[in-house]
Amino acid sequence: MPLKIVHILALLMSFSLSFSGTVYAGETKEEFNVGEMIMHHIKDAHEWHLWGPEHGGTSIYLPVILVDGTSKVFSSKHFYHGKEVSFELSKDEKGHYMEGVGPAKGYALFHEKIYKLKNGQMIIKDGHAENAKPLDLSITKNVAFMFMSVLLLLVILFSSVKFYKKNGAVAPKGIAKFVEPLVVFVRDDIAKENIDAHKYKKYTPYLLTIFFFILVCNLLGSIPLIGANLTGNITVTMFLALCTLLITLFSSNKNYWKHIYATPGVPMALLPIMIPIEFIGIFTKPFALMIRLFANITAGHIIILALISIIFINKSAAWGALSVPMALFISVLELLVAFLQAYLFTMLSALFIGAAVEEAHH
Amino acid sequence: MDLILPDFGLLFWTALVFVLLLFVITKFIWKPILSMVNEREQKIAESLELAERTKEEMKSLQAENENILKQARAERDGMLKDARDVAAKMVEDAKTGAKTESEKILAAARQSIESEKAAAVAELKTQVASFALEIAEKVIRGELSSDDKQKMLAEKLAGDINMN
Repeated sequence: MPLKIVHILALLMSFSLSFSGTVYAGETKEEFNVGEMIMHHIKDAHEWHLWGPEHGGTSIYLPVILVDGTSKVFSSKHFYHGKEVSFELSKDEKGHYMEGVGPAKGYALFHEKIYKLKNGQMIIKDGHAENAKPLDLSITKNVAFMFMSVLLLLVILFSSVKFYKKNGAVAPKGIAKFVEPLVVFVRDDIAKENIDAHKYKKYTPYLLTIFFFILVCNLLGSIPLIGANLTGNITVTMFLALCTLLITLFSSNKNYWKHIYATPGVPMALLPIMIPIEFIGIFTKPFALMIRLFANITAGHIIILALISIIFINKSAAWGALSVPMALFISVLELLVAFLQAYLFTMLSALFIGAAVEEAHH
Repeated sequence: MDLILPDFGLLFWTALVFVLLLFVITKFIWKPILSMVNEREQKIAESLELAERTKEEMKSLQAENENILKQARAERDGMLKDARDVAAKMVEDAKTGAKTESEKILAAARQSIESEKAAAVAELKTQVASFALEIAEKVIRGELSSDDKQKMLAEKLAGDINMN
């Protein structure tokens, strides 16, 4: 039985790899570029690549939504199946971008970003596009994954609430049995532990929401084929850290600012040094939150992909004997990391909020 | 580089989804679950307290029961002792009663015997007196049957009187 699971896991994992210019890429026979493949996987995309080569493989084409004067909605197929334009990146390196066709006419997709063509052309200098970008509100892979995760979260949570509605305040059963300990854990060991006893109730829903959101996205994200690197995306972690920062600032009391502008017990002469440090500290804390979650989840994805890539670098399935157990080990570790990072983000958020609402008592 | 640069589109959707999620699950999930959990915790705490209190009550009740039992036992012992005393006294009383009664009966019997005896003696005396009179009459008659004899008697009687 475990062997079977390993097989399935390995199979699924190999599916989720997005082989850009892979060994299967037909006539071109480009070298398998691990770095490019991994970067492609951990970044956002306008398609949901399932398996096969980058061009002509099996993908779900996600809707592109552009706001450029008027709003335009069309399938990303018009980019991925558009006109491929190659250009000289450097002397012996070639870059390429996809020119949109049909409703995507006038736009081009370059490194998964949509640019407006200028006189029907892309202007690329040193590998960077200088074209204007339309406002891109596309349902990208990460957005679609987020919808899916949130939907799953809602299904889980609503079915647990249904249990309580039906049975009243009794010991939980079924899915509620799984949800309740986590809820109680966040309330008792995160909220109550870090925030003053008469204030924690106000912040518990926020802490619960970020905990469950990060946890579900982390866990789903580590499933091959359906997992995207959402919580390993800097935009998402930035937004979550920003939420914590805003809540901290909006709920901060006089005591909090006093600690920043006139730290008790610090000699007056040191204040010119202390004040900037403390002030920067307001922002470094959520910044650390953002980087920590982003780096941990992205690193997990990179390690698993790199280990699986050993097989493709050596072009021999026999290397699977090495890479599959290692990737399995890291996958299991990622389960721990998924919980740990959700816990850390929530716990540190609670700590920052707790520091902001703390009353002077020393 | 764009790995560490935020993307506006994703930020927009993340913000929209997260804020909606926050409001929806705060209202429909966290509030009911937390209130249920609180309610249950309160219930459990109350039950524990009640159990503790019941235990205390049981303990005091037990002590009380013990007391009552002890009292009852003492009372029973007292009653038994009383009953025994009463019975003994009754027997004693009965004994003394019987004794005095028998003594009384005996005394009465003795008295009646005495009086009977006195009556019999009196009867006997009268009988004997009558017998003596009869004999004396007969003797006197015999004595007085001739003149000589009358003379002799008279002399004798005179002689007796003199001697007195």
